Amino acid sequence: MKAVHEIPVRDAWKTDRAAYDVTKIREDFPILKRKVHGKPLVYLDNAATTQKPMLVVDTLHAYYTAENSNVHRGIHFLSEQATTAYEGARAKAKGFLDASDTREIVFVRGTTEAINLVAQSYGRAFIKQGDEIIISAMEHHSNIVPWQILCEQVGAMLRVIPINHDGELLMNEFERLLNEKTKFVSVAHVSNALGTVNPVKEIVQMSHRLGVPVLLDGAQAAPHMKVDVQELDCDFYAFSGHKVYGPTGIGILYGKARLLEAMPPYQGGGDMISLVTFEKTHYNELPYKFEAGTPHIAGVIGLGAAIDYVNAIGMAGISAHERELLAYATGELSPIAGLRIIGTAREKAGVLSFVLEGVHPHDIGTVVDREGVAIRAGHHCAMPVMQRFGVPATARVSFGLYNTKEEVDGLVKAIHKVIQVFG
Amino acid sequence: MSDISELYQEVILDHNKSPRNFRKLEDANRKADGYNPLCGDQITVYLKMEDGVIKEVAFQGSGCAISKASASMMTASVKGKTEIEAEQMFDEVHKMLTGELNPKAGLEKMGKLAALSGVCNFPARVKCASLSWHTLRAALKGEQGLASTE
Repeated sequence: MKAVHEIPVRDAWKTDRAAYDVTKIREDFPILKRKVHGKPLVYLDNAATTQKPMLVVDTLHAYYTAENSNVHRGIHFLSEQATTAYEGARAKAKGFLDASDTREIVFVRGTTEAINLVAQSYGRAFIKQGDEIIISAMEHHSNIVPWQILCEQVGAMLRVIPINHDGELLMNEFERLLNEKTKFVSVAHVSNALGTVNPVKEIVQMSHRLGVPVLLDGAQAAPHMKVDVQELDCDFYAFSGHKVYGPTGIGILYGKARLLEAMPPYQGGGDMISLVTFEKTHYNELPYKFEAGTPHIAGVIGLGAAIDYVNAIGMAGISAHERELLAYATGELSPIAGLRIIGTAREKAGVLSFVLEGVHPHDIGTVVDREGVAIRAGHHCAMPVMQRFGVPATARVSFGLYNTKEEVDGLVKAIHKVIQVFG
Repeated sequence: MSDISELYQEVILDHNKSPRNFRKLEDANRKADGYNPLCGDQITVYLKMEDGVIKEVAFQGSGCAISKASASMMTASVKGKTEIEAEQMFDEVHKMLTGELNPKAGLEKMGKLAALSGVCNFPARVKCASLSWHTLRAALKGEQGLASTE
């Protein structure tokens, strides 16, 4: 079969990336040249969503202009092309997570849907009244609410690993919570509100000693570090495409084949069946059993392109670059009078949350926005974390592979403007 | 493009720093809680009503400068007003915040509340400014539960 992309995709991104050249990288993201409120855009809201490189934009354009067709059903040329591209992206996702088999890669809308899928499919089949599910005090609402819904449905109990004042999990408390009633553990790999990198390998090992499966919410980890699901030995791993420079509306659920096979379907419909009669329906094999209906084909192919892009730059380089930015920003922000960093774990990635004495984070957000600086202000869908630190909200800066130290300087300048307005 | 000082006018910064009627009203006979789920602003509005007139009004809560100043200015402006007058003010404020008010004649009528007129150029902040008014309305109607800007 011919190469999938018949429209030439610009290949600036393919040029030598041996050295991390952030200036060159920024050229792949035309949006970064935009001005907002007459100032150059400083985009520091990457934990909410990342910008898309031209490779992704061009891939979506090429798909819709030259290849658009449904997958897994047509016997015509275009459908075969679309199917090849779609399944090609699954292979890329398998490589991205170091999974052992493409059958373990399920396309979903995003991390939220992935967790809901596991809660409803695995949870309703294998978690019973009186059982316990463990999450942590730093979870995003999407890793709290699906388990609360399940608990109400089956009569299970939710247990929460507390955190210390630096925003680190209390592992001895986790050990205490683990018991023979524990039937599932679901924790964030990296906290979206605090930036904490959790000791997930240890969590998996401790849980497995009791035969308890573990889901890792990788929404804030996958963009920043190499994820190897086999090395982590987690049972499920979830992340969102739009936070790794791909389109919105597409994400990945990795699950160990053994578990996915034992789980009932999450949704019924086309593509997830092998034979339907009114008496009985036979479900399709993995991963299609969990992909009912026409999927987000363009999104899947676009995510494949995003993975290509990240691979071309290299995750090691991205991690090192972002670590440097985080350290630099922490150093620049810490001395500002009245500024308190929320989340001071030893291991952090991508996120810097802070509050400013006497100024609500919302007002910080509005003032810095007028300086062209885009940050997030609010509870970050992690209201229990806000309660833990006794703040209604925080201002959150989050980095992507294209950010620069000059942008951090721009942020610092904008924060001084906030202080000037509210001083 | 509107300047940041148009939003954070002196009057607003002043009400934010020293909010008026910022307390619990012990002898309130109406009360409502308001919540903006988007940003987590929380407010409780207390009313003491007598013969359809707002005799006393106070508020408590946490929120940004805009929501706090708006609540403070609201209490100052609705005290002594009848229920119907307060309802009319709600409508006018709502129009002002969404930029539907005649910039001259309309704004003049708003008196001190006109300081909040800059909010209409900051769409993300309209709900911050309207939360206290939604909560006031809920309290006037004696509604149970949580008032919301949604």
